[in-house]
Amino acid sequence: MRAGTQCAIVGSAETEVGKLPGRSALQLRLEAAVKAIEDAGLDKHRIDGLVARQPMRNPQSNYSGLMSERLGIEPSYTTDISLSGAGSASMVLSAVSAIQAGICTTVLCVGGDAATAYRGQPSRGRLASEGEDFRSPFGADGAPVMYALAAQRHMYEYGTKSEQFGAVAVACRRHASLNPNAQMRTPITIQDHQSSKFIVEPFRLLDCSLVSDGAGAIIVTTAERAQDLPQPPVQALGMGNACRFSEMTYNVPITTTAAPDAARRAFRMAGVDAADVDFAELYDCFTPVVVMTLEDYGFCGKGEGGAFVESGRIELGGELPVNTHGGLLSQAHIGGMLHITEAVTQLRHQAGERQVDGARVGVVSGQCGELGIHVTLVLGADGR
Amino acid sequence: MKAAPRRPLPQVSDIETKPFWEGCARGEILLQRCLDCSAVRHPPSPICSGCLSSRLEWVPASGNATVYSFVVVHRAFHAAFEEDVPYVVAIVELEEGPHMLSNVVEVPPESVEIGMPLRVCFDCVSDEVTLPKFKPA
Repeated sequence: MRAGTQCAIVGSAETEVGKLPGRSALQLRLEAAVKAIEDAGLDKHRIDGLVARQPMRNPQSNYSGLMSERLGIEPSYTTDISLSGAGSASMVLSAVSAIQAGICTTVLCVGGDAATAYRGQPSRGRLASEGEDFRSPFGADGAPVMYALAAQRHMYEYGTKSEQFGAVAVACRRHASLNPNAQMRTPITIQDHQSSKFIVEPFRLLDCSLVSDGAGAIIVTTAERAQDLPQPPVQALGMGNACRFSEMTYNVPITTTAAPDAARRAFRMAGVDAADVDFAELYDCFTPVVVMTLEDYGFCGKGEGGAFVESGRIELGGELPVNTHGGLLSQAHIGGMLHITEAVTQLRHQAGERQVDGARVGVVSGQCGELGIHVTLVLGADGR
Repeated sequence: MKAAPRRPLPQVSDIETKPFWEGCARGEILLQRCLDCSAVRHPPSPICSGCLSSRLEWVPASGNATVYSFVVVHRAFHAAFEEDVPYVVAIVELEEGPHMLSNVVEVPPESVEIGMPLRVCFDCVSDEVTLPKFKPA
């Protein structure tokens, strides 16, 4: 079914999340890395690959080298991934590719930020974007603007309602209320969503994800090596990437993400289809992204995502639990890294109160480029 | 009293985009047209993304457009725009096909809708910089 060596996630860790004054991105990332190495039951010198996500705030070059040096290891494979919201899931593609190419055997993937201290300030290390000259002078800075343009068009083309976006926020909050490591744990209602203030109309405050400090790390190795390690290995069954564009403004349609191709590729590699999926951890920088991703993955028809998310269908106990940790909307915004650690926790059946019964197959999504770049992971429980 | 924060302005001297901004200063939107495959494009680029030709010419657009999508900014993410809220940011579809990001002005935000016909207007913000904006046709 698949080319190359079967790989598995054998270590996984999160730091605490939220507003953590006095903690640096490096400190948080190293804590996550050390915990993931411990979780995997590995000597640190077995780590021969290191993939670091570029910090979203104050990006700097050679972050994987910095992490390696501070961990006191000398890997045979190091690389940095940017791809903002797709970067976390993309690290898994990079790790598996390097292992299958024979470049290394055991890869630590780390992401995390100290973001809250920078709120409202320009990022010091911001990499200039070609597109800024055609965006910033029109008062279009801030991630909500572009995603709200896509949401407005989705409402126009398919009749999607703000209350349906609200159902995504409600589901994520309910799940976060069951997650001890979540930033926002007080349940909300659709009414709360509807009465939250407009940020960039049609987005209300509760359509927008959090600003968070925290980090996460995972360790990928071969399925064969995984057999000797303490944790139940989580199989990397399928992966897919797709790039349609980097700037939404100049492309149509803007109501379809790059997910259809990414998901098709990942599902084909895994030998599964949407009906086999027990839960989905979908990148949720804004609520409509979940609606569109569900459509584009084939969990419902195009334009039917609004109706699909209603009536608890994406909540625990529903047809397809989505963002069982609370997502970027309610657990914490660590760039999607915790979508992966949560999928691992679910597939190890270690999620406690928020465990999806009998979870065997989960999907993780990451996306960036104003919906234009997408990564899909299909992960499976041990013994599949 | 605190000085108002400065608005972000485009780099009008960039090699790729200089003719575009010079056109705006003269009161016209210039688009690139490929001399090999005739495709018309925006934003400016060194090559045609269809046939990869680098033989591009600048042609004036009519200035007629429609709203493809829009939002109403209630919370400005750049301090210089705080005094403008609520204001409209839109993706506009030019008559020639390409899309642009801009503002819809001279109309209450609640009256803007997708498909609304627009006409370009030029906002001269400094000696060097003129921004293309749109108002109801």
